[in-house]
Amino acid sequence: MMISNGIEDEEKWLAEGIAGIQHNAFYLHRALDSNNLREALKYSAQLLSELRTSRLSPHKYYELCKVLHMRAFDELRRLEIFFKEEDRHGCPVIDLYELVQHAGNILPRLYLLCTVGSVYIKSKEAPAKDILRDLVEMCRAVQHPVRGLFLRSYLAQVSRDKLPDIGSEYEGEGDTVMDAVEFVLQNFTEMNKLWVRMQHQGPHREKEKLEKERNELRDLVGKNLHVLSQIEGIDLEMYRDTVLPSVLEQIVNCKDELAQYYLMDCIIQVFPDEYHLQTLETLLSACPQLQPTVDLKTVLSQLMERLSNYASLNPELLPEFLQVEAFSKLSNAIGKVMEAQVDMPVVGAISLYVSLLTFTLRVHPDRLDYVDQVLGACVKILSGKPKLEDSKATKQVVALLSAPLDKYDDIVTALTLSNYPRVMDHLDAGTNKVMAMVIIRSIMKNKSWVSTSDKVEVLFELIKGLIKDLEGISTDELDEEDFNEEQNSVACLMHMLYNDEPEEMLKIICTVWKHVMSGGPKRLPFTVPSLVFSALKLVRRLQGQDGDVGGEEVPATPKKIFQLLNQIIETLSVVPAPELALRLYLQCAEAANDCDLEPVAYDFFTQSFVLYEEEVADSKAQVTAIHLIIGTLQRVNVFGVENRDTLTHKATGYSAKLLKKPDQCRAVYACSHLFWVDDQDGIKDGERVLLCLKRSLRIANAAQQMTNVTRGSSGPVTLFVEILNKYLYFFEKGNPQITASVIQGLIELIKTEMQSDNAVVNPVSDAFFTSTLRYIQFQKEKGGAMGEKYDSIKLGG
Amino acid sequence: MVLVLALGDLHIPHRAPDLPAKFKSMLVPGKIQHVICTGNLCIKEVHEYLKTVCPDLHITRGEYDEDSRYPDTKTLTIGQFKLGVCHGHQVIPWGDLDSLAMLQRQLDVDILVTGHTHQFTAYKHEAGVVINPGSATGAFSSITYDVNPSFVLMDIDGLRVVVYVYELIDGEVKVDKIDFKKTTTPTNLPH
Repeated sequence: MMISNGIEDEEKWLAEGIAGIQHNAFYLHRALDSNNLREALKYSAQLLSELRTSRLSPHKYYELCKVLHMRAFDELRRLEIFFKEEDRHGCPVIDLYELVQHAGNILPRLYLLCTVGSVYIKSKEAPAKDILRDLVEMCRAVQHPVRGLFLRSYLAQVSRDKLPDIGSEYEGEGDTVMDAVEFVLQNFTEMNKLWVRMQHQGPHREKEKLEKERNELRDLVGKNLHVLSQIEGIDLEMYRDTVLPSVLEQIVNCKDELAQYYLMDCIIQVFPDEYHLQTLETLLSACPQLQPTVDLKTVLSQLMERLSNYASLNPELLPEFLQVEAFSKLSNAIGKVMEAQVDMPVVGAISLYVSLLTFTLRVHPDRLDYVDQVLGACVKILSGKPKLEDSKATKQVVALLSAPLDKYDDIVTALTLSNYPRVMDHLDAGTNKVMAMVIIRSIMKNKSWVSTSDKVEVLFELIKGLIKDLEGISTDELDEEDFNEEQNSVACLMHMLYNDEPEEMLKIICTVWKHVMSGGPKRLPFTVPSLVFSALKLVRRLQGQDGDVGGEEVPATPKKIFQLLNQIIETLSVVPAPELALRLYLQCAEAANDCDLEPVAYDFFTQSFVLYEEEVADSKAQVTAIHLIIGTLQRVNVFGVENRDTLTHKATGYSAKLLKKPDQCRAVYACSHLFWVDDQDGIKDGERVLLCLKRSLRIANAAQQMTNVTRGSSGPVTLFVEILNKYLYFFEKGNPQITASVIQGLIELIKTEMQSDNAVVNPVSDAFFTSTLRYIQFQKEKGGAMGEKYDSIKLGG
Repeated sequence: MVLVLALGDLHIPHRAPDLPAKFKSMLVPGKIQHVICTGNLCIKEVHEYLKTVCPDLHITRGEYDEDSRYPDTKTLTIGQFKLGVCHGHQVIPWGDLDSLAMLQRQLDVDILVTGHTHQFTAYKHEAGVVINPGSATGAFSSITYDVNPSFVLMDIDGLRVVVYVYELIDGEVKVDKIDFKKTTTPTNLPH
């Protein structure tokens, strides 16, 4: 009840204050209009008296003051104009200066004095410095913090354009820049003292509110520094020898956290970067002297950021940075802050080093030792503490680790930083993986090649979170999509590991295998294929070369690589992934064939056959597998007769045992190609070809009969047409076993089937047959040898 | 003018990490009306990427494809042309043009798009044209040595199709083109 009354009252008093001003302003206006000096002084004094009010509690007073202040200033401006126009009031300014000091109360008196003082300076009837000094001293009479602040702020405002700066009209004999500087510094010092004192004004429980109010007035104090920065006469020397030391002294001595933080930040923002660079030592040495609660990390971060930008925009100035030893100074300053603020939370400490790292990467990108140093400092911070749980802190660490990756296009540079992996070790498993993905993405984006096994070793250590199960996370807990994405990234990464030198390349492959082999059944299906194809590419490179050079053992030979490949593919059995393994074995078989290694090729075929027999149960998968087997076998020519016979016999056997008859039929006629290779020394066994084709024909017949029985009508003649096409193929190749009459017979067979009683019209197979016949016709019409061949085949009727 | 992109055998991530950057910058969404893919993408991220190039996407199954639901063969009609797609590991001998011609007759298509060998070919025979766009990533192949990344763009206009083949050789994209005209279908032979 009482409080609300209080608020109501204050609102009332505020309104009263404003009304009072308006009332006096009205009369002031009238006085000014009629050039009545006495009346003008009287009413302006009354008007200004509203600022004297002490009816309000401190925390409300400031609010009032602010409102009144803005209104009162309007009037004072009009007054100043009036004062200046001496002809309007007939009083010389020097007399005016005396006159206003008779005003009854001190606050209005001083406001009027400042106003007249401003006119006085403008009149140049006295040196600017004398008047300024007088005013800044007189204002001491007001020790009330808020009133004093606003008063001095008014002083600063009116004096702003009248400082004896270089090139200003107020510069002259005895009026120098130094005087201007001293004036502003003094005003600043006094204002800061008042500002600091504000916090002691109210009861303790309202401390928070007071702080809020203090914050709102801070710009009044900061403005002085801004004014200083605008004084043209201040050069680096003066800044370094006079301005900065004075300002820092006041900052340190005031021992107020709020002021210190704000003012340090002000200095950094307001004065040129060039000055900061040259006064770095002085500026940084103030830091440890500040209150321990000051947020120095933000201050320092701001400083470093400004200097970083400065360096970016002016690369020609980089030698200066070296000259002033900016890095070591900043590094030391940070170290001191860390020592002093032992309880600084990890997130703060790391973000500080992130700023330093950014600075280092921009200013000294070639100094990897600096970069490593910064990382080393972070390792120290993280050591001895449990693995990071705080997400903000981990974000900072990720930012820290990502910075070198972004900077150096070549990932390898980052990999050489000895402290890099040490920082990563302190991340929890989840973040470790995030970071590993960042690293991989960086490599893929920049297309940086990792070209030695040593670097691959370091890299795979860094990304070990993706390669195997780290403690704390088991594969089962992972989101499947994320997991797949991770593993696919690792698979892609492998293609960036390359060296022209076969020896080194093999070492790389072995290093990768060493890391990847313990990935477990979930990861192997992703990583094994990539590695296998990397190895096969190497084999191909070595193909042209001879294994033994002058009898000496060469470490990288196709044979050795095939041994390794065997080991690698074998591990897929733990997944299990028989279909994938089968494909990879076949790839190896073909590669071994190209290297002329018959036993190795045979072994690989054997392995794939064993998998087919024992592990591939799904009928659709079997069909694909058998086609891959036949397709590969058809292409290899390294086998002697015995081996070849064994393998082809097996393949044909598998084909005939497929579940569905059409699949059987197709696989068997595909096998016909095993016995006819179109190379010059390729096998051309016309009889075996015919045997296969006849067998497939029998199967097709059986299929047709089965359909008759089970469905009551005959199936499509598609299979027959396919077989016919195969007959034509070998007929054209010159297989003596396939004659025109054989073909003719087949054509008739198909026609009969199509015209039989239970034939079902099937447009697809009809079209197929038609186009086949059309092809025959086309060949007949070709003339020449082909035409002759086809001559005896009759299509009509 | 209808643009049809034909590509395949990317083998991502087993044999290649990504499409060449120069190809990716050429495959701007919205410019192509149909995409035909012979297979062996191999992962769904590639499928999704291709969908962004053009939503009308036709894929057949390669032996390494993650998604086993892609069909073995596919036929579609674009303008006056019937197109057939098949990865090609099912047609033995691999890459044998006569055997592919048989498949073409079987599918009854004017243009057969097939892959597996990672070698670009465009072969005209009695029943039509067989096109192999090669491997879009230049992936390793047991069949073809020294594979250059390649893909095909077909411009179908009435009875004419211009086949543009883009090949990345030594870091530069080289283009070649082949013209095919479709003759009107002949009358059926009596039988």
